[in-house]
Amino acid sequence: MKVLVPVKRVIDYNVKVRVKADGSGVELANVKMSMNPFDEIAVEEAIRLKEKGKATEIIAVSIGPQQAQETIRTALAMGADRGILVKVDGTVEPLAVAKILKGVVDEENPDLVILGKQAIDDDCNQTGQMLAALLGWPQGTFASKVEPGDGSVDVTREVDGGLQTVSLKMPAVVTTDLRLNEPRYASLPNIMKAKKKPIAEKTAADYGVDPAPRLTVLKTVEPGGRKAGVKVGSAGELVEKLKNEAAVI
Amino acid sequence: MTTLLLADHDGATILDATKKALTAAKALGGPVHVLVTGPEAAAQAAAKLDGVEKVLSATDAAYAHGLAEPVAALIVSLAGPYDAIVSAATTHGKNVLPRVAALLDVMQVSDVTKIVSPDTFERPIYAGNAIQTVQSGESKKVITVRTSAFQASGEGGSASVEAVQAAEDPGISSFKGEEIVKLDRPELTAAKIIISGGRSLGSTENFKTYIEPIADKLGAAMGASRAAVDAGYAPNDWQVGQTGKVVAPDLYIAVGISGAIQHLAGMKDSKVIVAINKDEEAPIFQVADYGLVGDLFKVLPELDQELAKIKS
Ligand SMILES: Cc1cc2nc3c(=O)[nH]c(=O)nc-3n(C[C@H](O)[C@H](O)[C@H](O)COP(=O)(O)OP(=O)(O)OC[C@H]3O[C@@H](n4cnc5c(N)ncnc54)[C@H](O)[C@@H]3O)c2cc1C
Ligand SMILES: Nc1ncnc2c1ncn2[C@@H]1O[C@H](COP(=O)(O)O)[C@@H](O)[C@H]1O
Repeated sequence: MKVLVPVKRVIDYNVKVRVKADGSGVELANVKMSMNPFDEIAVEEAIRLKEKGKATEIIAVSIGPQQAQETIRTALAMGADRGILVKVDGTVEPLAVAKILKGVVDEENPDLVILGKQAIDDDCNQTGQMLAALLGWPQGTFASKVEPGDGSVDVTREVDGGLQTVSLKMPAVVTTDLRLNEPRYASLPNIMKAKKKPIAEKTAADYGVDPAPRLTVLKTVEPGGRKAGVKVGSAGELVEKLKNEAAVI
Repeated sequence: MTTLLLADHDGATILDATKKALTAAKALGGPVHVLVTGPEAAAQAAAKLDGVEKVLSATDAAYAHGLAEPVAALIVSLAGPYDAIVSAATTHGKNVLPRVAALLDVMQVSDVTKIVSPDTFERPIYAGNAIQTVQSGESKKVITVRTSAFQASGEGGSASVEAVQAAEDPGISSFKGEEIVKLDRPELTAAKIIISGGRSLGSTENFKTYIEPIADKLGAAMGASRAAVDAGYAPNDWQVGQTGKVVAPDLYIAVGISGAIQHLAGMKDSKVIVAINKDEEAPIFQVADYGLVGDLFKVLPELDQELAKIKS
């Protein structure tokens, strides 16, 4: 079984994001970038499937600038076998990402594509569902458990109210939720080994996709801030304030 | 400009999330039709919502569990006359709508917090650290709505209910089972008061011993940080934050929660925020209207007693 894992390069989740004063976007210069945390979970899941003898090959794909190669290297150091970098500069929206990924899938014929449920920069939560739609494949989104069987895969999904398990005919698309697994750190020897693993370079045109955004971003601003309020000295004072000052209880 | 709203329901009633998304759908300016997949009773409930012109009722068994593949196929089969397709950003809406958008070759706008005009929307990015205004030139707008940003529509409507034919089921997915937590308290995204606990609670039992009595007295929903959910102290659907539920109650009480940006993303639009934390430097205090520095295991029983006094 071949597994494809799309990985996105995003601002590291620990970085405090700053909005540019002119409203044109967020500050990306000299900011630490990392693999989208949900995609680390996707890579980890693929590696575990390989360790269990279920997956045979793991391909990491990233769509983005040349530097997205580093994100692919991270996946290779964790245990992916090879990479594909589809070079596109500037914003690539989920629909375009899904179209490019469809092109990759048509070439590679994986049995499973495991994506993150959400990229923590655009917070879109769309790409996996869109890819599944374009391929006509089933989707197991927000997965907290993935169990491939014979020709199908059972996916337990984190839904409002609890958990739902669905059975999907393979090939299928899965998107990861936080509790699917805890991603490993790459060991130094594996980081060294990853340097020799192949990364193919492609362009959007190779897949016949026009990556131009469909949506126009008119402006980007800071959210309305909140100010720290007061400190209260006791539970009694808190209740008094909530009742008489804030009138919320 | 007619809008199709995909409903979330429990088989009999329409969920609060959809009533809020309905408010956003109405703000697009045109008539709103509501699609209810499931029992006729839920369709009848939708017909009573204020401002709904028509309810489309799809009762075919293929839709019983809300699987994305058949539901998306159904919406695409109905999409022709609509200019906008809307859903609440629930797990159901987030699962189905992007599939619809891709089948229609449309770029979706996720988690809309404000309808600026029928083609222009505000939405948060980077866990709410920036707000984007986006304009969509797509022939059909496909939108999910962040429900914490809209008031729920009331009742008083009397829309017609029209049965719709099932679309062809792609037949590539099936339902195997579910574990739905039955709540005897308000649901998180509908609650006026929420009390959430963090990793520092230490166990499921402590959630019961320390948080639950206070939730009972306040008629509050219970929530949790990711760390508390990951540790197994609270169920997954209690998670508040960037990747959990986004809430904006009148009162949010954060107990032993540090205030990571991913958590703040889910609750910082609450009207009044209370933080209880033993570390006076905890970032949660930067957004709290009322902060109480102290050990939760001492403060919560005191708080419980004080509440008992005013409630008696
Ligand atoms: C991609 C991604 C998505 C995420 N999504 C979410 C999300 O949706 N929601 C979310 O919550 N988190 C999310 N997180 C995790 C987030 O970054 C934090 O790790 C998490 O919120 C921390 O939870 P916590 O505050 O309970 O625990 P900690 O950070 O461990 O904080 C515990 C707090 O309790 C206090 N404390 C300890 N003992 C006591 C005591 N006896 N009395 C009073 N106070 C005490 C401490 O001072 C501390 O402030 C996400 C992270 C990533 C990478
Ligand atoms: N540019 C990209 N390159 C590779 N994978 C991506 C890219 N954008 C999105 N993805 C994948 O799609 C998931 C969801 O992204 P989004 O729909 O933008 O929230 C991510 O977690 C990735 O797995």
